[in-house]
Parts: sequence; C-alpha cells; structure tokens
Amino acid sequence: MSEYLVQFNNISKFFGKVIALKDVTMKLKKGEIMCLLGDNGAGKSTLIKTLAGVHKPDEGEIIFEDQKIVFDSPRDALDIGIGTVYQDLALVSLMSVTRNFFMGREPQKGLPFLKTFDIEKANTIAAERMGQIGIDVRDPSQAVGTMSGGERQCLAISRAIYFGAKVLVLDEPTSALGVHQASMVLKYIVKAASQGLAVILITHNVHHAYPVGNSFTVLNRGKSMGTFQKKDISREKLLSMMAGGEELDKLEVELKEMDRIENN
Amino acid sequence: MSVKSESIQSKKDSGQDERLKKISPLRVLLNRPELGALGGSILVFIFFGIVAGDTGMFSAYGTLNFLDVSANLGIIAIAAAMLMIGGEFDLSIGSMIGFAGICIAIPAIYWGWPLWTSIIFAFAMAVLIGYFNGIMVVKTGLPSFIVTLAMLFVLRGATLAITRLITGRTQVPGLRVLIEDDPIAWLFATDTFQWLFKWLGSMKLIALRTDGTPLATGIPPSVIWFIALTLFATWILMKTRYGNWIFASGGDKVGATNVGVPVGRVKISLFIGTAVASTIFACIQVLDAGSADTMRGTLKELEAIAAAVVGGCLLTGGYGSAIGAALGAIIFGTVSMGIFYTDVDTDWFKVFLGAMMLIAVVFNNYIRKKVTETK
Repeated sequence: MSEYLVQFNNISKFFGKVIALKDVTMKLKKGEIMCLLGDNGAGKSTLIKTLAGVHKPDEGEIIFEDQKIVFDSPRDALDIGIGTVYQDLALVSLMSVTRNFFMGREPQKGLPFLKTFDIEKANTIAAERMGQIGIDVRDPSQAVGTMSGGERQCLAISRAIYFGAKVLVLDEPTSALGVHQASMVLKYIVKAASQGLAVILITHNVHHAYPVGNSFTVLNRGKSMGTFQKKDISREKLLSMMAGGEELDKLEVELKEMDRIENN
Repeated sequence: MSVKSESIQSKKDSGQDERLKKISPLRVLLNRPELGALGGSILVFIFFGIVAGDTGMFSAYGTLNFLDVSANLGIIAIAAAMLMIGGEFDLSIGSMIGFAGICIAIPAIYWGWPLWTSIIFAFAMAVLIGYFNGIMVVKTGLPSFIVTLAMLFVLRGATLAITRLITGRTQVPGLRVLIEDDPIAWLFATDTFQWLFKWLGSMKLIALRTDGTPLATGIPPSVIWFIALTLFATWILMKTRYGNWIFASGGDKVGATNVGVPVGRVKISLFIGTAVASTIFACIQVLDAGSADTMRGTLKELEAIAAAVVGGCLLTGGYGSAIGAALGAIIFGTVSMGIFYTDVDTDWFKVFLGAMMLIAVVFNNYIRKKVTETK
C-alpha cells in the first residue's frame, strides 16, 4: 500500500474551449491537511467538483486506497469516503439541528413498510457529536437558523465525518466568518486531521491556511504551481505565488509613491 | 475569567446547560407553525358562540354542516400544504376536481362501467396528471406556478370539451342509483356512526324530523377522510424519513440534493398527492350530489392554498404543518357556514377570507424571523 490515502494525478477538465484545469496533481496522506490556494477563477471550484464527483475529469486519474476510481455521481464519492462540505453547507435554516444532521440519511426504526424516523436516537447522536467539538447544542430541536456561522460550519463538517468521510474536502470554510469563529472552525479541522482524516482545505486566505496546513498547493489560472511542504515555504512566498501576490506588491509600491507625493 | 469559571460551576450544579434558558410553554407553542391557525379557530368559535350560539349553528345538524364544508376543503388543503412545504404550488387542484368528477361519471353512465372501475380509473388519471405536473416542474426547472397554471386551463378545458362531446351537456347526472352495493363507492358515500345518531335521536338529545328519524343521520364521509388524512399527513411529516425529505426539499433544494435527498422524486410524489386528494374530494362530492359538473371545484385551488397559508405554511417552502392546514380549513368552513346564522350579509365572506389570509402571512413572516434569527 502506498503512503498516500488519495491521489489525484494529472487531472484536467475542459469546458468546450476553456481549459478549467490542466495537469493538476495532488497527493494526500492520512492525517494531512493540504491547503488548496488560489485567487478567484484559479479553478478551485472546478477542482472541488471533480473531487466530489460532480464533474468527471477529462484527463488524469483518481486513486483512492491504491485503487483507481471513477465517479459517476456525487453519491459515489460520498460512498467511498470523500465528504465534501460546500460553501452553502447544505443546511436548511428552518429545520432543526437534528433534522439537518441526518438529512438524507435518517436513522429508522419499526416494522418494514411502517418505518419511522428515529428522532430520539438522532437527537442523542447529534447532540453528542456537536458536544465532542465543543458546541453545546442547547436543544437539538432548535432551528439551525439560530446558530452562528462557525457553529453551522462545524455542524456540516461533523456531519460529513459522522457519515464516514475519510477525505474531507472543505470549500472556503472560513471565508464568511469573523476571526473568533474562523479560529473555532480551524481548530476543529486540525482535530479532525489528528484523528486520521485527510483534509483538503480550499481557501484564498493564506492567513487561515498557513497555521493549519501541512502542505500547500497553489492553483493559478487552472494550473498547479506546485505543492510545497510547510517547512519549504513562507507565508509571504505563498501569498505572492497566488495571482494576487504580484499585484499586492505593485499596490504597495504605488501606495508608497502616493505617500511620498503627498508628503512633499 | 472568574465569570467563566462561575458559569461552569453553575452548570455543574444545576446539571443542565447554563445557556439553556427556561422556555415557557407559550414560547414552545410560538415555534409551532400551527399556532396562528389554532388562535384563529378559537377566536372564530368564540365569535360564533356569542353571535350565533342560540341559532342552531352548534346543534348536531348545524355542526355537521360546517364540519362537512371544512372537511371537504381540508382534504385538499392538507395535500396543498404538504406540497407547499415541499416548496411547490399546485394551481390545478380545482380543475383536477372537475376532471376527476367526469372521469367517474362518464364511464359509469355512458360506457356502462361498474362504478368502482370508474372510480379507480379517476384515481389512475389523477396519478398520471400529478406525475406529469411533477416531472414537468422537476425536469424543466420552471416555477410550479406556471406549469400548474397551464394545467388549470388545460384540465378545465378538456373537462368541458370531453363532456360536451360525449354527453352534449355540461352535467352528468344519474350516479346515485349506482352507489348501492358498489364495492368501493361506499368509501366516499357512507355516513358513519348512524347508530349513534339514531340513539341520540331516540333519547331526544338531537333534533328529529317529523317522521322521527334524526335530522343529522351520521358523520359524513368527508369528515372521516379529513381526520384520517390529517393524522396520516402529520405522521408522515413529523415521524418519517420521507417527511424530513419534504422539509429538506422545500427548505433548500440544492443543499438537500447535495446530501443525497432525492428531491425530484419527493416533489413528484407530492404533486401526485394533490391530484389524488382532489380526486378524493371529487368522489365525495360527485357521489353525494349524484352528478358530475364540469365546473365543480372552480377556485378550490386558491381556497386550499389560503387554508394552508393560514395554517402556517410559508410560501417559500420548508415550513408548515398538516394540522395547521386542517385548522385553516376549519376556520374557512366554519365562517362560510356560520355567516348564514348571523345577520351579516354572506357577500362579506370573501372579504373575511382575504383579510384572514393577509393577517396570517404577516404573522407567519414574523414567526419565521423569530425561528431563524441568530441568538
């Protein structure tokens, strides 16, 4: 068995004439957090959807636990253990925590043909799981709409793990959150990885990615600029590798220029 | 820091989460979608109790009368509510009622089918039409408002055209004689608990006709269907996996799909549900009247939606209850009958209907904000 849990080798995806992804390669070990960085339009979303089974890659292969895998639907990806948490979280704010946690995979009890949704069991599991990540669900029948953004993110991640994710793909989990909430989510991600999950963390925020990531893959205009171990690269270098980097440098120079003129 | 340790201490002491405020029962009730309808129906009964308490409205006969009207509306309102919770509308309910009516009457009267086969035929057509509505909405992604509005016209037109083509008229009478000894028709045409009413009559507890039989002969079939459907729909929504899928499909279609809820199938089944409920409504009314009318059920779709909305269903989906819709139907049924017992001109009924619905929507909107607001 190779040391990698999952490998994405030379993935390419074309939409008509547009090359959305070209020869992107990523390899993940158990317990590793890989951060996928890139500016808007770099191809992050396309890559996630390819990992999640929404798109089929036009070139390249996905190898999971040493076996070549072809996904026909998002369900297939879920079934082998690639759990994707999309930016919209797939939570319904009018429904309760429990009903959201088990949405689509409700535990049942009772006679065949007269099966009922085992709400007591579901409530217990949901409260227990949320408790494990330090979120006291005051009442598992409360609507998800009453939770904070960070809590919702954690609920979605916790749900993916409960339903057997071995590889967790997180799409911008911290983008809409404040500092405190973001650190809560990041802490949880580190904890999940320490329990043996492989995590792909997609973000454009280097400051969130750098402290938690073990390795970093930078996407730019559909191509991978390479994968770097943390010890080999600095935060500043990462930032400048993303498309924004050069522009930020330029901006800095321009601002200094303006400053100089004003001071004169 | 000290505050924090204190609160942890208090949590240990009291044995429960310190952030869990004691919720009053009133507050729990406020979080239920049917609250508005419950309050509304209590108000309606108090009002008529005062205004029409001594007029016979609440006699056995009067009560069954307004319950019958409520129950008929309730049968379609519950199905409409389930569909609304699932995030869609069905404007073809009223036309489906008319269409189902002639599906029962024409084969039975003109083609010589046994009544029960034409009833089954009507239900089969309902499943087909519901399925068509559903598949159109799911596959095209068009708003159900448009798809079912088209179906409203198509079905009503077809009902009229087919009936006139085959019978040369717009009404098909003569069904009453076929009901007796039919193996299925009794399901929609039998007054139950007749022994109870006979007994009450013999005890002189309820009003009698001049021949000594009680004025109210039994519980009409609509009421039995109404109660059964309310219980069934509530069980589905609250206690089954499919119920959770209905809420999820209406609450967030994309999210539900992403976690593996078969949203398309759920919605199609709910469209079949409204069409089947319309057919139950049609069976009861056609067998009761003994004739099918091409205009039967006109505007019923809007009354059903109004009852569902008064019952707490959000127009945007994902929230509501079957009991709420049932209460909404009871409010409308009671007022539409009760108004005869008062001095108020019955022309005002529609004004009431509109006002009630508007108040309900404002109230529901407020409730939704309460439910989803971040603490």
